[in-house]
Amino acid sequence: MNRIVGKHFFSERVIGLTVEAPEIAKSRKAGHFVIVRVDEKGERIPLTIADADINQGTITLVIQVVGVSSAKLTALELGDHILDLVGPLGQATHVERVGTVLAAGGGVGVAPLLPIIKAFKQAGNKVISVIAARNKDLIILEDEVAKYSDELIVMTDDGSHGVKGLVTHGMEQIIQRERVNLAITIGPAIMMKFCSQLTQKYNIPTVASLNTIMVDGTGMCGACRVSVGGKTKFVCVDGPEFDAHQVDFEEMLTRLKAYKREENEAIASYLASQKQ
Amino acid sequence: MTNNIDYKEERNAQWRAELRQKLKTKDRTSLPRVHMPEQNAQTRSHNKLEVNEGLSEQMALEEAKRCIDCPDPTCITGCPVSINIPKFIKKIEAGDFNGAASVLKETNTLPAVCGRVCPQEKQCESKCFYTITLKKPPVAIGYLERFAADFERESGNIAVPEVAAPNGLKVASIGSGPAGLAFAADMARMGYSVTVFEALHEIGGVLKYGIPEFRLPNVIVDVEIENLRKMGVNFVKNFIVGKTASFDDLRQDGYQGFFVGSGAGLPSFMNIPGENSIGIFSANEYLTRVNLMNAADPSTDTPLQSGKVVAVIGGGNTAMDAVRTAKRLGANRAIIIYRRSLEEMPARVEEIKHAQEEGIEFMVLHNPTEYIADKDGYVKQIIVQRMDLGEPDASGRRRPAPVEGSEFTIDIDNAIVSVGVSPNPLIPSSLPDLKTTRWGTIVVNENTMQTSVEDLFAGGDIVRGGATVILAMGDGRRAAEGMHEYISKKVKK
Repeated sequence: MNRIVGKHFFSERVIGLTVEAPEIAKSRKAGHFVIVRVDEKGERIPLTIADADINQGTITLVIQVVGVSSAKLTALELGDHILDLVGPLGQATHVERVGTVLAAGGGVGVAPLLPIIKAFKQAGNKVISVIAARNKDLIILEDEVAKYSDELIVMTDDGSHGVKGLVTHGMEQIIQRERVNLAITIGPAIMMKFCSQLTQKYNIPTVASLNTIMVDGTGMCGACRVSVGGKTKFVCVDGPEFDAHQVDFEEMLTRLKAYKREENEAIASYLASQKQ
Repeated sequence: MTNNIDYKEERNAQWRAELRQKLKTKDRTSLPRVHMPEQNAQTRSHNKLEVNEGLSEQMALEEAKRCIDCPDPTCITGCPVSINIPKFIKKIEAGDFNGAASVLKETNTLPAVCGRVCPQEKQCESKCFYTITLKKPPVAIGYLERFAADFERESGNIAVPEVAAPNGLKVASIGSGPAGLAFAADMARMGYSVTVFEALHEIGGVLKYGIPEFRLPNVIVDVEIENLRKMGVNFVKNFIVGKTASFDDLRQDGYQGFFVGSGAGLPSFMNIPGENSIGIFSANEYLTRVNLMNAADPSTDTPLQSGKVVAVIGGGNTAMDAVRTAKRLGANRAIIIYRRSLEEMPARVEEIKHAQEEGIEFMVLHNPTEYIADKDGYVKQIIVQRMDLGEPDASGRRRPAPVEGSEFTIDIDNAIVSVGVSPNPLIPSSLPDLKTTRWGTIVVNENTMQTSVEDLFAGGDIVRGGATVILAMGDGRRAAEGMHEYISKKVKK
């Protein structure tokens, strides 16, 4: 169970793992996530499912190295096993034919966005995708996104690939050009906040997929709570997707830093131990 | 629950009659109730070892003598799983400690657990002849239960209950907490092939993630689970029924019945300003980090914040577990903030007493109204308001009312919210035909525990909304009986 059968380096810090998980491969839908625990000492961390292959019985996870657990996870090699893997969790994306869908993905957020793009395309929508990252090396899954999009705009902060500028610039260009019925945004919280502000200005219904701190991922702990429309919601069971215009991104940004102090110490000591 | 046992006839057994002759009733009732040896409060508030150390053989033998072996053992009526209490106590008095453990296991899958965490003072011991008639401290039934179960475990020859020949029928338990384990044991005994599905990476549910080591060591839970394995029960971790596989998938796999004991997952918050600041957790989160993830051990990756001043909001057993954990993890001030008075507090008397001895501050008749965070978003203060008790409310407890203008602030590092839980929506949301109450609990037939979906039975907190280990186990046992009857009829057709 949970054997790693594929490993792909998108960049030094962004790695795709294909893992044997036949049941999850069969039952997952766009928008779902899993919780993994890499080893006995590992943390439980949520990861969105980027892709699945029912015939092979595998799912693909795209992981950005940020803490000890993600570093350990991406250090696994082919044939290794992830100790614990559970899912699919969360509510699947509500996919329907709405017309034109504007999909905005930032950094590693493009990975979970991909199955959603696919699903909306297959439901008969026109899909325009804008993917963005700081630089060329951090742009992932460009070809795959292009394959399921009617149009793709690539943005980089430094202009090393595609158009120079932020994701919101690419989005606004589209919004001013044609009618958009639904926007979807997945990426760093700060990016989703600005995407949400932009679409609010144009009154476009927008969905954001949130990636908060979780422990159990099944509704039990409340670590993932966010304020949506003034009410406390749990990302793990109520989400991960919410009406972006109702999400209190400021609070979410603060809560994401909850364990920064502890994590910085932990990653420093982990990296030191790896060097020895 | 009836066990079809003729207690009178059993009482007439020669060995029991002889035992009763050994000591006059008057001499039995004049014996004082045993005191449970405890770790010193100062020491224990800095370690995670068990607070109650357990009775010695001598103590157990003495305490067992106090039980007068009543002709009408009312204590049994107070037990949700109808343990044959006089019989097991008399086995102890006779020196047959393993025999006592066998009696316990006739009706209780987890005696070492129940002996530790059951509120005996509200159950069996409240129905004891001493309590009712003599107005004296009851026989220490809980201590004796723990003694017998511990003795058997430590002896190294744990008896594996007999199981019937396999009947070839597959059933599933969803959740591996007390309800699911009790259900699994009974079904296995009847010859069913039982699989227990657990969402987390550890078997045991609340016994593992919730109840702390100092009240219930994990090793004790593991031994009981191992025993179920020996009975043939199959455990599958990291599996969420309704998500990882659907009910229909499992039905196609041949499962004839499902028991849902998925617990009362979702923690409630108070929805007061500042409650989502960093450093404020649900009791579930805090206890899960410490107990399940072992986050207090620096060699694990799961981070933990447990500061010098920790306020715990609530007055239940979970609140006591959280506040006493905070103390053990180094809090100088660990404070219970509860809106009613000590009398209304739902936590067990023993837990409150232990907490007080350990230096936990009890700020009763106070309620938080707001949290104040620093510029980085970390909570730094809690504003609390004094409360007065008014007329009794629907729960029969006097309703607390705020005293206007009585607010003041306390500097804190962390706050832990323990004001209740609501049922986990995972199962109901994957079964549209399942009838639930407006609180989200699953509706069942109280005798059979059958739900509106005919092959689905349920029990424990997902039905009760928040109860005790032993009530959950009682539900699991009733559901096993109910499901057995349901499947037997279905198979005959």
